[in-house]
Amino acid sequence: MIPTVEQIRELLSAGGAKSALLVDREELVAVANFLKTDPQLRFDFCSCVTAVDYLQQGYIEVVYHLYSVALKHGPLALKVRAPRALEQCRVPSLTLVWRGCEFQEREAYDLFGVKFDGHPDLRRILMWDEFVDHPMRKDYVPPMDYEWEPTPHGETLARAKAQGGYVPASAREAGK
Amino acid sequence: MSGTGFIETQTLEVSLGPQHPSTHGVFRMDVVLEGETVVKLKPVMGYLHRNHEKLAENMTWLGSMPYTDRLDYFCSMTNNWAYALAVEKMTGLKVPERAEYIRVIMAELTRLLNHACAIGFLFSDCGAWFTPILYALRERERILDFFETVSGARMMCNYMRFGGVRVDLDDAAMAMARDLVARWPAFLDEFEKLLLGNEVFLARTQGVGILPRELAINASISGPMARASGVEYDIRKVDKYGVYDRFDFRVPVGERGDVFDRFMIRLLEMRESVKILQQALRDIPPGPVLAPEAKLRNFKVPAGDGYARIEAPKGELGFYLVSDGGTKPYRYHVRPPSFINLTVLEDMCLGHKVADVVIILGSVDIVLGEVDR
Repeated sequence: MIPTVEQIRELLSAGGAKSALLVDREELVAVANFLKTDPQLRFDFCSCVTAVDYLQQGYIEVVYHLYSVALKHGPLALKVRAPRALEQCRVPSLTLVWRGCEFQEREAYDLFGVKFDGHPDLRRILMWDEFVDHPMRKDYVPPMDYEWEPTPHGETLARAKAQGGYVPASAREAGK
Repeated sequence: MSGTGFIETQTLEVSLGPQHPSTHGVFRMDVVLEGETVVKLKPVMGYLHRNHEKLAENMTWLGSMPYTDRLDYFCSMTNNWAYALAVEKMTGLKVPERAEYIRVIMAELTRLLNHACAIGFLFSDCGAWFTPILYALRERERILDFFETVSGARMMCNYMRFGGVRVDLDDAAMAMARDLVARWPAFLDEFEKLLLGNEVFLARTQGVGILPRELAINASISGPMARASGVEYDIRKVDKYGVYDRFDFRVPVGERGDVFDRFMIRLLEMRESVKILQQALRDIPPGPVLAPEAKLRNFKVPAGDGYARIEAPKGELGFYLVSDGGTKPYRYHVRPPSFINLTVLEDMCLGHKVADVVIILGSVDIVLGEVDR
């Protein structure tokens, strides 16, 4: 459901953490377009895009912070949730609405594994292309030893999980 | 296949960087060239990635304050401020007035050194190898001396705390700051005289790397780069964080959004920063510099999330923090201005010569510690 101008104004005047608008994935693009084009709101500046992994609640939340350069108001946090499982962790991309999302959505994909449907160039941006996991997820297990196994997967991942995570080589040597 | 008609040419893929002085660090651009003209450009980053955000999530709230110094290692003071501001917003800590003034002084000195060096490096990129940058570095050294006197470190200052700053400015430090600021108008005149009449520089930068106003807003471009494109938006004026509403200063705005405008905006912003510094040093009140209720140990932030941003020298530096009520951040996100300003690098470079790519990148003013985090 697309919010009304009054609802957005109320959120903005609430300020702080309260000025957040949680929308369904199916409506995200429509709501974004409304916020951007409505002459009384004109959120033309998508400042910050990121994701938060709520492990216990079982979802990943993508957060967009919107400002209006034209009317000089904001921020409005636009939030959308997706299940944590990698196949279902999909959110429509807002890159075509705000170009500024392009690199930031790539970063969220790289570090959280959120797939942005409709993104023109969804690739890893900070980690290297061969990397397999998404390191900002709360259940990510760092590798045993970055020197010989930079990416934890397969046996290394199982071993790292069994031993409770990354142990520096120097510490292991000292323990022998 | 294309060319001038009688010589057949092919498009050529060139990997510019990562180890090249013109990339300002370990940054790479995959460029497709037709002759000398850029037809495609993809920035490749992450060489300096150390997952700053993950590290901060495994530290106490204050524990990552020294780490913010390493984001944009030219501007540790403004990084500290942005992080402190976000935490203060979530906890409701009130900053004493003297600390607010000290923060403004530090942030504006940071802006001076950053802009002077950005201009100096831009000239290095144009081929004026190391003469202009040495003028900037000479002045930067004096500011770093001042930072060292106050905080104990030249670049990694780790100076601000939640609810204020770490140490007060004593009389000697205040006198040093006044001397420092008194030098700047003459230096700026000298710098401007040295650079602005340079015909080669004008020829190489005017009309190069144009960023239209609409695209600048749509692509979340901030800071001097957005203002050069005619976006009249300065967070110091819009948000009025700290005590910025008490100072009289103007926001210079460009017309064409080319490399020259981005250079000129930085030059003009330095003059406004000098004005702010003069007023701040004149009006700074006595008093405490750290809120008495600010705790260093067992510091907790109420559950919830918050976003705070400041006008860092490179643009909008924001921190998005999520707390679960504990002593560590549940989520810690940095909104890095130079990373997002690179979004439009391809748009600005298309149709220009490969030699111009270097200048256009120089005019964005990136620091890889912040781009890659």
